[in-house]
Amino acid sequence: MQTHQYDVVIVGAGGAGMRAALESSTRARTAVLSKLYPTRSHTGAAQGGMCAALGNVEEDNWEWHTFDTVKGGDYLVDQDAAEVMAREAIEAVLDLEHMGLPFNRTPDGLIDQRKFGGHTRNHGEAPVRRACYAADRTGHMILQTLYQQCVKQDVAFFNEFYALDLLLTSDLVAAEVADDEPVRVAGVVAHDLATGEAHIFRAKAVILATGGAGKIYKTTSNAHTLTGDGMALAFRRGIPLEDMEFFQFHPTGLAGLGILLSEAARGEGAILRNSEGERFMERYAPSIKDLAPRDMVARAMANEVREGRGCGPNKDYVVLDLTHLERAQIDAKLPDITEFARTYLGVEPYTEPVPVYPTAHYAMGGVPTTIDTEVLRTNTAVVGGLYAAGEVACVSVHGANRLGTNSLLDINVFGKRAGIAAAAYSAAVELAELPPAPEATMVAQLERMLSGKGGERVADLRRALQESMDLGAQVFRSAESLTATLDEIRRLKARYPSVTVQDKGRAFNTDLLEAVELGFLLDLAEVVVVGALAREESRGGHFREDFPLRDDVRFMKHTMAYLRPAATGDGTEVRLDSKPVTVTRYQPMERKY
Amino acid sequence: MAEQPEIAPEQASAVGTPGGAPVRKPRSAQPGGRPDAVGAFDVTLRIRRFNPEAGAEAYWEEFTVRALRTDRLLDALHTIKWEVDGSLTFRRSCAHGICGSDAMRINGRNRLACKVLLKDLDPSKPITVEPIKGLAVVKDLVVDMEPFFASYREVMPFLITGGNAPSAERRQSPEERARYDDTTKCILCAACTSSCPVFWTDGQYFGPAAIVNAHRFIFDSRDTGGAERLEILNDKEGVWRCRTIFNCTDACPRGIEVTKAIQEVKRAMITRAF
Repeated sequence: MQTHQYDVVIVGAGGAGMRAALESSTRARTAVLSKLYPTRSHTGAAQGGMCAALGNVEEDNWEWHTFDTVKGGDYLVDQDAAEVMAREAIEAVLDLEHMGLPFNRTPDGLIDQRKFGGHTRNHGEAPVRRACYAADRTGHMILQTLYQQCVKQDVAFFNEFYALDLLLTSDLVAAEVADDEPVRVAGVVAHDLATGEAHIFRAKAVILATGGAGKIYKTTSNAHTLTGDGMALAFRRGIPLEDMEFFQFHPTGLAGLGILLSEAARGEGAILRNSEGERFMERYAPSIKDLAPRDMVARAMANEVREGRGCGPNKDYVVLDLTHLERAQIDAKLPDITEFARTYLGVEPYTEPVPVYPTAHYAMGGVPTTIDTEVLRTNTAVVGGLYAAGEVACVSVHGANRLGTNSLLDINVFGKRAGIAAAAYSAAVELAELPPAPEATMVAQLERMLSGKGGERVADLRRALQESMDLGAQVFRSAESLTATLDEIRRLKARYPSVTVQDKGRAFNTDLLEAVELGFLLDLAEVVVVGALAREESRGGHFREDFPLRDDVRFMKHTMAYLRPAATGDGTEVRLDSKPVTVTRYQPMERKY
Repeated sequence: MAEQPEIAPEQASAVGTPGGAPVRKPRSAQPGGRPDAVGAFDVTLRIRRFNPEAGAEAYWEEFTVRALRTDRLLDALHTIKWEVDGSLTFRRSCAHGICGSDAMRINGRNRLACKVLLKDLDPSKPITVEPIKGLAVVKDLVVDMEPFFASYREVMPFLITGGNAPSAERRQSPEERARYDDTTKCILCAACTSSCPVFWTDGQYFGPAAIVNAHRFIFDSRDTGGAERLEILNDKEGVWRCRTIFNCTDACPRGIEVTKAIQEVKRAMITRAF
């Protein structure tokens, strides 16, 4: 076992983690832990763009962007946070350009901008060109550019280190800790994949930037490695998770595979059609049609299929039609996604419509934070020195449904804020005392799995979980479907302790890490479904067939899910509470486009 | 796409064969959760295995699995890992060719396992799967990537500018932007560098990927560090080691014209015009 000491430890090296590292590493001794090589992070899979009201190609302002974000999030967005994001978006884009990001350009040499779902001029009048982009690999360019800058600054990376425990100065699960009692972060415990050795990272401040948890679903655009590690670590240590029932299903995943085809395709003019060739979005969102927010488009697609207007032999998908676009435009603006269609479905987008269906894409919920990215342990008290940014966090700028491009914006704006805040905090404090035997929990868990003889296989449990989530907690939900899924999750959790890994080695044991990740997925899926069952309304990405309307009287509030001792006295359970939504200038209105 | 053999002058005979290593008894799986769908077919993978803790030599092992028409080679590797042998070790993440984790040698050619569809390979023969070459094998299909990233870091792969940044964006015309577009696509998967016979025999050579990333900045109109990077690549382990074999261009999963980029860097070195 090895012990390290840093001022700031960042867990995760995607966009948020590296953006934070660029700030904190110039101000404080900083280490970045990543379970992958940084350039493998899923930020690189983001395609379409990053919105900022630059106004380079038409009139725009950040207040319109704030409004679109709030309305797109079905009024569950904290409006002070949305305002910060929309306002700081402009600087965030310019920061990236100054770092060298190769944005597409206007004839005048300015950063070019294009349309994206839900982004409008003057509070919903018409789509506006707000998304700054680099072809259809904007996320790739952001990830590469941030890594390049980290190389320039000689940031200390610990690659292929899995953070598997979060060390706090108080046990928040066992007993309630009053808001005025100080609770601090003391560090993280990590597993070095190459050697299998445990490493303790003592730190004055820790930033969680581990990304999403899309692998709770079977059909997903997410990487295999997106198992919600940071969310689960925090949750298991008694920190609440906010609004986890809100999961975004991206309308245009390649049918049957879930691979993402950017909304930029529709921004460039592509059209969704059903088996009758009808541009069906005209019925669901008459003013902005195919560029309606993702939750509405995904539901419309699922509804077309349900009513028998799906395409293909099983009538189980719709199609994205690009055939009317100029080939030169496709090649210049959408080269990667059209290649995905060719490679994985054998479809030529120049001449054939592409089969698509909604795919699990983004967790709106996560670890609750303030607008300065401090992690909340109750509605008002923070964990001193603990920060979170990006998909792992819930600020909440996305509310019940995130607008396209706002995730790349989120990681840049709040990643930067986290790096600055964590460094400032670390300059003012000494290291917190470590709990006794800090590595014990992680080591015991790994040893149990290595020596276990229960015979349950990771893949069997994971497949059952993912299929059950697709069945019961996807675009359409009901008390019946959610209860069935919750029952299945609980059966799987009961089987989980019997999971045994076949690889008994120490070095590069990915069999073992998949087993650990399955544990994260099971815990998070339960939080999603418990929250979804309790929210008896439909809002944004959460649609209840048994409660099809938004209910602001009962549910205009954030869900806060805590892990606490079970009422039965045996083990722990998910306990729900709520947190008010911050409303500044926009009162909830009916959401029409 | 017609599959031409990768050119490997000194090793051509070893491509796709087990060489001298021992071969273990084949194992197979009728994977759960993969219904016997219409169009499903069986494939055999012959995988180069190495376990550092067993202290043994590398060996070949065959697995036969059921595959669907849309399955990638990565799906077959997962089927083996999840249903047959959990110790089979490889890197992967995004599974659609953008993260660069799963470069490996498939039927003797460097490819991303998530971009090769099984239906496009000849199912009548075993598909050989080996780690990429020229980097030390850590376990099974996993290699030590540190030397690869060290070369990348040496070419100063970041924008270098003088003076203060402007308040708004730096201007760049669409034509200037297009000049280096191709090399911005690089995902650092190492498929190119580890397909290069020069790199196999001389690990000191910067390799195609590092040169591609130097190119990306040398030809960026905003950058002022071109001369410095050219000096680095003028080294005896720099661009002049390239023998224009084109393996790198063939290997690149992003379709970058790697050899052309290297030639452009060579030309810039001579003309000092870029």
